[in-house]
Amino acid sequence: MTDRIEQRINSLNKRLNSEKRFRIYCIGAMSFALAWVLILFLNIFSSGYSAFYRTVIQVDVPFLNLIEDTTQFSEMSSEDINNLSMYSFSKKAIYRLFPDIEEKKDKKMLIRLFSIEFEQEIREFLKSNKSNINETETIYLTASDDVDQVNKGNYPRDLDEDKRRIKDIQLLFFDDLVDRGLVSYEFNLPFLMRGDSREPELAGVGGSIVGSLFTILVVLILSFPIGIFAAIYLEEFAPKNKVTDFIEININNLAAVPSIVFGLLGLGIILNTFGLPRSTPLVGGIVLSLMTLPTIIIATRASLRAVPPSIREGALAVGATKMQAVMHHVVPVAMPGALTGTIIGLAQALGETAPLLLIGMVAFVVDVPQTPLDASASLPVQVYLWSESAERGYVEKTSATIMMLLGFLILMNLAAVLIRRKFETKW
Amino acid sequence: MGFILISLIILIGITSYFLGNLRAKNLRTSNQKNLKSLSHYYGYYVALWAVVPALLILLMITSFKSFFIEQYVLSDFIALGSYTETELSLLFTQIENTAMGIKLFDENTILIDGAVNKLNYINKTSENLTYVTVLGLSGLLVLYSIFNINHKLNSRKIVEKFLLVLYFTCSLVAIMTTVGIIFSLLYETLRFFSQVPITDFLFGLNWSPQRVFVREAGDLDTRDLANAFGAVPLFAGTFLIALIAMCVSVPVGLLTAIYMSEYASPKVRDWAKPIIEILAGIPTVVYGFFAALTVAPLVRDIGQGAGLTVSSESALAAGFVMGIMIIPFISSLSDDVIKSVPQSLREGSYAMGATKRETIVKVLLPAALPGIVGSFLLAVSRAIGETMIVVMAAGLNAKLTANPLDAATTITTQIVVILIGDQEFDSPKTQSAFALGLTLFVVTLALNFIALQVVKKYTERYD
Repeated sequence: MTDRIEQRINSLNKRLNSEKRFRIYCIGAMSFALAWVLILFLNIFSSGYSAFYRTVIQVDVPFLNLIEDTTQFSEMSSEDINNLSMYSFSKKAIYRLFPDIEEKKDKKMLIRLFSIEFEQEIREFLKSNKSNINETETIYLTASDDVDQVNKGNYPRDLDEDKRRIKDIQLLFFDDLVDRGLVSYEFNLPFLMRGDSREPELAGVGGSIVGSLFTILVVLILSFPIGIFAAIYLEEFAPKNKVTDFIEININNLAAVPSIVFGLLGLGIILNTFGLPRSTPLVGGIVLSLMTLPTIIIATRASLRAVPPSIREGALAVGATKMQAVMHHVVPVAMPGALTGTIIGLAQALGETAPLLLIGMVAFVVDVPQTPLDASASLPVQVYLWSESAERGYVEKTSATIMMLLGFLILMNLAAVLIRRKFETKW
Repeated sequence: MGFILISLIILIGITSYFLGNLRAKNLRTSNQKNLKSLSHYYGYYVALWAVVPALLILLMITSFKSFFIEQYVLSDFIALGSYTETELSLLFTQIENTAMGIKLFDENTILIDGAVNKLNYINKTSENLTYVTVLGLSGLLVLYSIFNINHKLNSRKIVEKFLLVLYFTCSLVAIMTTVGIIFSLLYETLRFFSQVPITDFLFGLNWSPQRVFVREAGDLDTRDLANAFGAVPLFAGTFLIALIAMCVSVPVGLLTAIYMSEYASPKVRDWAKPIIEILAGIPTVVYGFFAALTVAPLVRDIGQGAGLTVSSESALAAGFVMGIMIIPFISSLSDDVIKSVPQSLREGSYAMGATKRETIVKVLLPAALPGIVGSFLLAVSRAIGETMIVVMAAGLNAKLTANPLDAATTITTQIVVILIGDQEFDSPKTQSAFALGLTLFVVTLALNFIALQVVKKYTERYD
């Protein structure tokens, strides 16, 4: 008798233990998933935030060496300043940081502490301040990527010299400059404004932000009306027949087609048959519109379906035609849902990369595009392009690009949530 | 110029709306007879006549213009008869460049100069002609339609008919997209299979399309060409990576779904569910970056610590990250399915003295199985079609391997590798990418179809 009771208790304990274990597995699984969200974000943010500021080195430029009287600059046009030969003058200005060094090799190393566009930067300074240039002006010049990374602590200094990109003598110069207080940080505005570059310290996301904006604009212009009209037709007007069924099956299938197949469509039909220009936001936008259409159509249909029939019937009862009932009464009520779906579709399109690779939006574009017909990159493609580069500077730039991309996505999703909250009607 | 022209057309459209509206109101007051529709419908009627045909003509002109311009400019060269089609199009690009002031070549100067002049002339003329045609047409139709307004015309019906046709056309875009996909994939694929036997593609064990260039340069036999397009290593790599992804996402996703639907308090649920769904909203290129820069080195270090040789582009890293990406697909869908199992089944099980785990494992999961399997299948199709993670983190060279620590390549990776950058369109190498795309399209479509069927067929109805 006691044996059987003990058996029962044992078995019950076993069952309760396994219940506990199961619960722990479940919590473990969920924590695992949650942890990866955190890891992903922390990883990106910790390596990306430093791209938003940059290292500059303060240099005194003796403009008097360039010209007898600095007031003469104010009479020069931009063209004249462009024609001034400033290369050796700029170099000499940098040498003045360390007047003692004589050897050519060391001088070269010193110059390499700065980005290769130091001459251009001095020229730009001259152009924008030409009316009041003093004999000597203090200019903040962009540091080279190596210096920037060392200064931010992203680059190990204790490697052997031949494994390092930055040399011992450069580190000596750099430390001396730091001691003299000439090295400082400033907000990395050029990163947000400029196009791509082969030099990490000069590369910016401006071009790809504009490219993404153009692409999304094309997607919005194409897919918003088409998606909503299609949804209205299918939900309100379509007769129940084979054609309608076929369209519906098609839409559901398209929603499941891998994005890269849309890239093949763009390459095969839009580029090669219709001959639209490669690498442009226009083509990218068309391809992404086709991809986002199902999302918009499905969301809009769902919100049309949620409009109670009494609204339609009320309109019809006072003599509206079917079209009037739908356009004046049903669609306005369903609009928040359609907008939400569109924004979510646009967010998808904004993050999409694979189809853009196939239609050539991976070109290396230095200029910020002016129209949707200029070759350009987009934010996610920029991430792909930079992640293939070896320089340390691109890692932080890539992460920063991702941060901006995620920022845009979060904003769009927030907007969608807000629209839903604000305008949602419960019937 | 397109932008200005379109703005002008829209401006005409807006003006003509008011004109039509005004005309209808005038008719009503002067004529005593009532019109058949409300005044603003006459406005829409005129505006439609003003805008729609003009836009259609503009579309036609822009799509055919370049062809005619090319014919006209090259007419002297075509008359010579010594140029092939590709040479002609190359020539045209050169002429275009010369017209823009980029001097590229100095042979045939007279003919070229003539062509450049012709190009400049035709560009100017065609632009003017387009303006005249489009705006003239628009204006004429506005006049026509305004004078067409009378008390017999029911403009509301016409406008509504137009809207209906417009809506229907929009809903056809989905079909046209599908047709476009199938057409473009099939066309290139058939051309590919005319050079490479389909059996070689489906069952060949060697994938090295780069070799085709070697063949063209050297003189190897065609057997070698066939040998370069065996897609089995790609299928195997895709399968391997998808399998790893499923090994991560199935247990995690399913257990998460169970926790959400059965254990979690509403408060935890409200927080945790959207956070996990963030994983589905993150662009795949971000996962690719994460896999290539963080996870792959980590996997390699751990593996080397354990004395294993791990490739820096291991299938494990790509598959693992892909698995994380897929978690929300499985957890959300399964969560919905498990929640939809009727409460009576749960309570019946509890009443028999079953613990929660026993209820879940023995009652709820079997009841929800079709939906869960459906969500797995959808996740697999997602994993197979995923591109950026594998492009950035998996290998680029095809190698037949079942070792997850080795580099493996996938269908999508090879499509990107072949088609990225410049490609010439008549080589079997380029066409092979479309064959791969068609395979991918068919497989994912089949998976989705099966998933839907499973859900439909085996879902028990509890009412």
